[in-house]
Amino acid sequence: MKTDPMVILKRKIVNRMMIALFTIAVIISIGALAAILWKLSVAGLKGFTLDVFLKSTPAPGTGGGLLNAIVGSVVLVVTGLIGAIPIGIMAGTYLAEYGRNSRLGDVIRFCTDILLSAPSIIIGLFIYGIIVLPSGHFSAWAGAASLCLIALPVIVRTTEDMLRLVPDSLREAAIALGCPYWKMIVKIGWKAARPGIVTGILLALARISGETAPLLFTSLNNQFSTSTMNGPIASLPIVIFQFAMSPYKDWQNLAWSGAFLITITVLAINILSRSVFFKKRTQ
Amino acid sequence: MSSNTDQPRISVQGLKFYYQNTLAIKNVSIDFADKCVTALIGPSGCGKSTLLRVFNRMYDLYPGQRAEGAVMVDGENIVDPSVAASKLRAKMGMVFQRPTPFPMSIFDNIAFPIKLYQNPSRSEMIDRVETALRKAALWNEVKDKLNQSGLGLSGGQQQRLCIARAIATHPEILLLDEPASALDPISTAQIDQLIDELRNEFCVVLVTHNLAQAARVSDFTAFLYLGEIIESGPTKQIFTAPREKQTEDYVTGRMG
Repeated sequence: MKTDPMVILKRKIVNRMMIALFTIAVIISIGALAAILWKLSVAGLKGFTLDVFLKSTPAPGTGGGLLNAIVGSVVLVVTGLIGAIPIGIMAGTYLAEYGRNSRLGDVIRFCTDILLSAPSIIIGLFIYGIIVLPSGHFSAWAGAASLCLIALPVIVRTTEDMLRLVPDSLREAAIALGCPYWKMIVKIGWKAARPGIVTGILLALARISGETAPLLFTSLNNQFSTSTMNGPIASLPIVIFQFAMSPYKDWQNLAWSGAFLITITVLAINILSRSVFFKKRTQ
Repeated sequence: MSSNTDQPRISVQGLKFYYQNTLAIKNVSIDFADKCVTALIGPSGCGKSTLLRVFNRMYDLYPGQRAEGAVMVDGENIVDPSVAASKLRAKMGMVFQRPTPFPMSIFDNIAFPIKLYQNPSRSEMIDRVETALRKAALWNEVKDKLNQSGLGLSGGQQQRLCIARAIATHPEILLLDEPASALDPISTAQIDQLIDELRNEFCVVLVTHNLAQAARVSDFTAFLYLGEIIESGPTKQIFTAPREKQTEDYVTGRMG
């Protein structure tokens, strides 16, 4: 067939234009992330000394670190996960194994999705209403509970999705040996889905370690290190919020250091979770 | 239909099977002899795999599937829900079309079903795993890597691992659902040879699409079409002198 040079030329131009548009879109989206990381690194590393890890939050102008906030964040996140992991895995298992085609399963799945997209400040308000108000004071327990509620749907859905990826033939093979259904889930299903479930837990961890809004109403803040879960506790996001809004230069620098710390941690967790997942997948 | 035993090991009497409202097996009656290989052949969707899955009540897993009629094993009608499925499945080993090694070590793959029913000492367990692997003609290939994942084996090895796993609990009946259809010719030949040896100990029911395999390894053959048994008898007769026109068309490749 004879080709019209004009048609070919037009196709080439359109092709170039489309590639350019896609490239610009990619540059904008990746550029935003790069800019955030750049600004955080420059500003965060300025005051990033060992003191950040060794000293507690200071009064303005006295020099200090973020020790109590780091410890508080770890306590809140770990406590929240301890609550969310078993419940999340069990609920996800129910959805994948028993609630596959049932009406109840569909309803639970829908509710989990709503919880997943619920604004975190509403979760904070809810915990404020059911724990903080009745007990009369802010507490680490309340903060951990709100983080637990945010982590829960993430773990439920990843557990369900990963168990659904386990082929039915594997289930049938275990059942054919006379294995009870629950034992098949525990010994075969969970084992086959383990990298995916771990990934879900790590993603939930990354998600809640940066949450601020739900902690405002629940664990509040504490200038000092604390050893009780029954009182307010410091946490990195809240300290960043408070210090960044302050007029004091050294507080602002500490806020940057805290932001840098959280970002690096979340980034590390994300990279770790992906490597856990892909290593197992390619085996 | 068998000459070397008097009692059939499995006796199917007037079996009907439904997927929801679709009748997949229509009033099937057939006996399976002990210590023999019986092949079920027929085109896709004829109900041969369905029949196999009735024998270990696999359909219990799926609501909406149900069986009517009788399948007699050891004097019990196993489609009766009052017969415990776990007890039945201890008697029936099953091997599937695709190899299904569990995500654990080769050793644990074999130990898993044993632990479901017994609690042997460590040394006895090692013996039993070895025996099962030897019977499945896999021992020599895996004896030095029992602690490695079963997923690392080749397809043919995985399938023999699954056979070893199925016979580790000393079942009496082996249900093989197209065990070689996902394998290469060399692995298929190994599986065929294995089936040939298994007949000495088990009542083997073999579903296959591979007519050559059925002709090679089975003692008896049943031809199913559209949920009914068209003809059954000694394999030689089915393949060389079938009584029914449909059987002849199928085994000569004119149908299906």
